[in-house]
Amino acid sequence: MSVLEVFAEEVGTDGPVVAVGGRTQFDVGGPVEASAREVKAPAGIVEHVAAEMTVRVRAGTTVAELDDALGVHGQCVALPAWDGATIGGVLAVGHSGLRRLGWGPVRDAVLEVRYVSAEGRLVKGGGPTVKNVSGYDLPRLFVGSLGTLGVIAEVVLRTRPVAPREQWFTAEGVDPFALARGLYRVASVLWDGTSTWVLLEGHPRDVDDQARVAGLRTIDASFLPPLPKHRWSLAPAALRGMRDDDNGPFVAEIGVGVAHRELPQPPRVVDPTIAALAARVKNAFDPTGRLAPGRLR
Amino acid sequence: MCAVPVSLVDDLRGHLAPDRVRAEPLELSLYGHDASIVTGGFAAVVCFPISTEEVQACVRTARAHGRPFTARGAGTGLAGGAVPLGEPVVIVTTKMNRILSIDVDDRVAWVEPGVINLDLTRALGVHGLHFAPDPSSQQACSIGGNVANNSGGPHCLLYGVTSAHVLAVEVVLPDGEIAVLGSLDPEPDGYDLRGAFVGSEGTLGIATRIAVRLTPNPPAVRTLLVDFLSVDDAAACVSAIIAGGLVPAALEMVAGGMIAAIEDFVHAGYPVDAAAVLLVEVDGMPAFVEDAAGLVAEISRTNGARTVRVAADETERQLLWKGRKSAFGAVARLAPDYYLHDTVVPRTRLVEVLRKVEAIAEKYDLRVLNVFHAGDGNLHPLLAFDAREPGVLERVHAAGDEIVVASVEAGGVLSGEHGIGLEKRDLMPKLFSVDDLDAQARLRDAFDPDGFANPGKVLPSGSRCGELQRIPPGVWV
Repeated sequence: MSVLEVFAEEVGTDGPVVAVGGRTQFDVGGPVEASAREVKAPAGIVEHVAAEMTVRVRAGTTVAELDDALGVHGQCVALPAWDGATIGGVLAVGHSGLRRLGWGPVRDAVLEVRYVSAEGRLVKGGGPTVKNVSGYDLPRLFVGSLGTLGVIAEVVLRTRPVAPREQWFTAEGVDPFALARGLYRVASVLWDGTSTWVLLEGHPRDVDDQARVAGLRTIDASFLPPLPKHRWSLAPAALRGMRDDDNGPFVAEIGVGVAHRELPQPPRVVDPTIAALAARVKNAFDPTGRLAPGRLR
Repeated sequence: MCAVPVSLVDDLRGHLAPDRVRAEPLELSLYGHDASIVTGGFAAVVCFPISTEEVQACVRTARAHGRPFTARGAGTGLAGGAVPLGEPVVIVTTKMNRILSIDVDDRVAWVEPGVINLDLTRALGVHGLHFAPDPSSQQACSIGGNVANNSGGPHCLLYGVTSAHVLAVEVVLPDGEIAVLGSLDPEPDGYDLRGAFVGSEGTLGIATRIAVRLTPNPPAVRTLLVDFLSVDDAAACVSAIIAGGLVPAALEMVAGGMIAAIEDFVHAGYPVDAAAVLLVEVDGMPAFVEDAAGLVAEISRTNGARTVRVAADETERQLLWKGRKSAFGAVARLAPDYYLHDTVVPRTRLVEVLRKVEAIAEKYDLRVLNVFHAGDGNLHPLLAFDAREPGVLERVHAAGDEIVVASVEAGGVLSGEHGIGLEKRDLMPKLFSVDDLDAQARLRDAFDPDGFANPGKVLPSGSRCGELQRIPPGVWV
């Protein structure tokens, strides 16, 4: 029996079950019912062909471990490498890291997903090539689904070249929105209402030139602001209003729309048509409601 | 085929201006096809709505009459996705062609589905922005069609296919409800229904407004035309460039007889005696572009390139691209008909699969021409033929199926950017297991439990575990 088949047996065919990764974001989507049995996806890099710029990896592998292995070949994945976070966990939650402005959303890094269905079957969606429109895009549906549609067991990810140079900068007295717009393929622009921090990646000469033209000052990454614990998601332009609202301090990802704050974001109104459609999707994939019960309710 | 009930046409004309509900034989026949060689479609009636509400009215009226519906953009699809099956109401979105808003700060535009791909990019030029997906049909294809097929294009190598450029979609769902999937904010709650919708080929609903991400034009671009005396060397060079740790913006190959066909057609200066040419583009910041172009030239020479030509200016660059993008027009000079294929293989196996494609064409006594997105392994073998030759279509289809099998056997997939439609529907089991197809059918059924949206496409019958594909009552398939 293959490693994935063993895992499918472990997930089994009945009883509530929830996949656990590094527990770095386990509370996202609401608490899981206490009766749910915890399972951990297998770990390990199955295949990395550097010349393909893709990697097949089991979901229990940590992002940091994967990046270490890819780094030998000058590559990485566009996933946040939070301490202890696993590939499966990061994909199930779908939250991006601080470099989303340059790297794009987590969902665009996934090419193929193999998951254990609610019926305990191994199912594949997508495919191993960098381009593929064969059938429905299950990989994207699974990103951010919080383990409620199936338990991610193995994925194929697109890799990207590690930039020859990456450097954080600060800027004072600038409009961070104009700054983000003026810089080309900037990796990150953070703003707390007063100070602005910028991450540039690329050819060393381009990094220096962009920094000089924009009047940026080099800083060490250890001087970045600590991130408050709650995530807000807003249209990028709406970040502008944060400085003057009553919700306390923030660190905003300019151009992206994610903001980090001490207070949680107020619940958003869900269109009843969308809610009904999502419920039908959930019911189609998990008719008995055994996967991560309690989440996304 | 059956006569179209007058009441269906009358009911549709109760919602749409009468001249936008057409049932004349010529039009029904015209809208029975798309740009593919798939036949057998027939429209019951063709509607040209101009608003979301009119699309909704078309869907609801179709359902009330027990008819399925098939959405259609510009009809440039090559997999038969818009070929109407079951005598549906065909809903054409080409008259919904307004760019509704362009937000330069947030780099997002709301467009109607009938906006032509290249028209959007042209409208964005003054802002230094563009819409990244650039299918070869971009002068004709619509953004709604790009969403339905998750379209690609040469520059998707670096920028990603359509799904990476769609933030939100307003859709008329198969039950006639209107909803917005996705959001302008980066992490909307709940499932990525937007992601599921993009590439669903009209089977999960009809897009009526689309929020697309806009991409800044690169500060520097360098385009190289590299030619080889052997296709194997050119293919090996593609792998070496990717392995070299740089992702070009585009990496295209033109091989064999296709080079001369293009050169005769557009006079772009393609070397007609070469076995293969690569069109390589690198873009970004100036220092990167300079180094990357140097690296591409060096890797090319190491891999046996005969000459490396760098476009001296924008005019020359445009000319080189015109050659590539005119390929399918050029073929018309070689043979009256062609069948354009679309599969993807791992980039490290290009040499081997190209040889197999050649052997398959030889076996079926067909001429194959290759012009394709080599950088992402996206093959487009083009079988040129004359449909008047008896029995040739059977050979073309048989060769096409073998090409797909060869690609899948090499670790590839069925389609890179054209979609499954009808063309590859019955090949889906070559790539997916019974359980895999069942999962896709579940997704489709969640959106369209009664099977009204573009029936007969994407999933082969029997995809649902333990039952045949459900067909709405009163439908002929």
